[in-house]
Amino acid sequence: MPEATQVSPTAEVGAAPVAVSLRGLSKSFGDVVAVDGVDLDILDGEFLTLLGPSGSGKTTVLRLIAGFEMPTAGGIELNGQDVTNRAPFERDVNTVFQDYALFPHMSVLQNVEYGLRVKRVPKGERRQRALEALASVQLAGFDERKPAQMSGGQRQRVALARALVNRPSVLLLDEPLGALDLKLREQMQVELKQLQRQVGITFIFVTHDQEEALTMSDRIAVFNAGRVEQVGTPAAVYERPLTPFVAGFVGTSNLLQGTAAQQVLGNAGVFSIRPEKIRIANALDAPADGEHAAAGVVREVVYAGAATRFVVDLEAGGYLVALQQNLQTSSMDVLSMRGRQVQLIWRREHETPVG
Amino acid sequence: MPAIVPAEARPHRASAFLHRHPGVRLGALLSAPMLWYFVMYLAALALLFLTAFWSQDSFTSQIIRELTFENVEEVLTTPVYRSVTLQTIGVAATVTVLCIVLALPAAFFAAKVARPRARRALIVMFLVPLWASYLVKAYAWRGLLSESGVINWVLEPFGLSGPGFSTVAVILVLTYLWLPYMILPIYVSLDRLPNSLLDASGDLGARAGTTFRSVVLPIILPGIAAGSIFTFSLSMGDYIAVSLVGGDELLLGNVIYNNIAGGGNTPLGAALALVSVIIIMLYLLLVRRTGALKEL
Repeated sequence: MPEATQVSPTAEVGAAPVAVSLRGLSKSFGDVVAVDGVDLDILDGEFLTLLGPSGSGKTTVLRLIAGFEMPTAGGIELNGQDVTNRAPFERDVNTVFQDYALFPHMSVLQNVEYGLRVKRVPKGERRQRALEALASVQLAGFDERKPAQMSGGQRQRVALARALVNRPSVLLLDEPLGALDLKLREQMQVELKQLQRQVGITFIFVTHDQEEALTMSDRIAVFNAGRVEQVGTPAAVYERPLTPFVAGFVGTSNLLQGTAAQQVLGNAGVFSIRPEKIRIANALDAPADGEHAAAGVVREVVYAGAATRFVVDLEAGGYLVALQQNLQTSSMDVLSMRGRQVQLIWRREHETPVG
Repeated sequence: MPAIVPAEARPHRASAFLHRHPGVRLGALLSAPMLWYFVMYLAALALLFLTAFWSQDSFTSQIIRELTFENVEEVLTTPVYRSVTLQTIGVAATVTVLCIVLALPAAFFAAKVARPRARRALIVMFLVPLWASYLVKAYAWRGLLSESGVINWVLEPFGLSGPGFSTVAVILVLTYLWLPYMILPIYVSLDRLPNSLLDASGDLGARAGTTFRSVVLPIILPGIAAGSIFTFSLSMGDYIAVSLVGGDELLLGNVIYNNIAGGGNTPLGAALALVSVIIIMLYLLLVRRTGALKEL
């Protein structure tokens, strides 16, 4: 999978052909610019996540691809065809909505059949494909229920089946897991990923949850203020954030900058160091070859079961957060660390300049 | 043991009493409306019902309080009453259909297209006609429709003329009068319909017409039915607009009016009124199947 995409109308990125291509895509609502010149190539069969805070334009991009909104400027290509001015029903994409948008007056089966019915697929084939789609989301036997008689997780599956039964070339998912509780959400994350591998359809997934983005995606496009800040694999976005925004939004912001960076690293830029890359050592320990160290005092200890977060005020100024697995320690041990003089040590390759 | 009552609680003895006696509280809340409902409304209807089975002395116009089925029989067997009833149902149904046709796009625009500020302005516009007097509006239409009225004056250069005082005029005026009662319930049900359902239908390949038939219409049907209860029953009972712009037109309401208030046969008028009540009841039973009564 490529690290980032190039802006070129004929971009043939890597091996897979481009499924969706956004060119200078912009959308304004009155004076508000929701999407501001987005260029993005989404590859055939990939799971791409649009990640960003609310109001960053990610959902608007999804709605532009679906055709619910018309762009103010720029264009959208679907499998090489310009679809910028086409109506939603003329595009080979389907959407799973945040509120599921199931038709309340229809049974589950009628909901799933709807897309095939309006496309005049014969009744026998329609029924069979709908039942298959329901089985593929583990809802066999639920066909006669009404959406109101189902739980949130089940409605979510119906929405998935209703979209997938049309065999679109691209499936758009607008924060589909947002309304589910944590356990169910984690389960659905795994199932969605499996489903995507099975059907081989391009998934464009919108979320504000960085963990969800990191676990599910082949690539992540990080949105901020209507623009794409970085596109890359989860590892690339997490380990090598290109901007302070990406460093802060994906994972915990842990920046070393200004005079502190000058003193500790010998360079006055802005650097991101992920908390789990930092080791807490004795005040007298020296860094090995290829390592950097900073002395400081533990200000705060946050015990979180599997791991503990230490907030350490640096002698050089500023602070860093270090995350330690609780391999042998218990909450009692770690809480006694507060106020202690320590040495923070990390490998140099884990310092990422972020602009 | 003496109860310890804080000083500031003493003046609220009545409230405390009501708090301890929920039955009394409920009685105090409901006695006035219940009295009104039973005496003024149900008793009046019952009396009308009873009157239909009395008769009237044709010389003295005195009501003879003896049970008879003469009036009901006359209403059911006289051809003119049957044709007036059918004509009235026809007018009420036409008015209802016209109101639905006009209200759907207006309510859709207000609920789904207009921005919030325009939406508020539109709702006020829909409501304003309801705040004006019925008579003022009906007389205004009389002026518009008259021989030398604005409608004829506008149409004349094209070699056309307006409907004048006729059945068409009655349908026009009743549609105008009852339209708000149709727009509001449709607006409410459209407002409750999530926009994502419209998006989803288009996303799944449906054009606007299919989306309207398969998604919008079934969901707002109770709202339409609720509005039609107003337009249908109000049209069934109207006689003022008919007498102002109807010309020779005679609907059930006019016949009832002429018999009861116009010095005719009161028991016969009551029997005719029963016909109107029964038709509206049948209509209510019909629309109940759509769930419209839950929508009111």
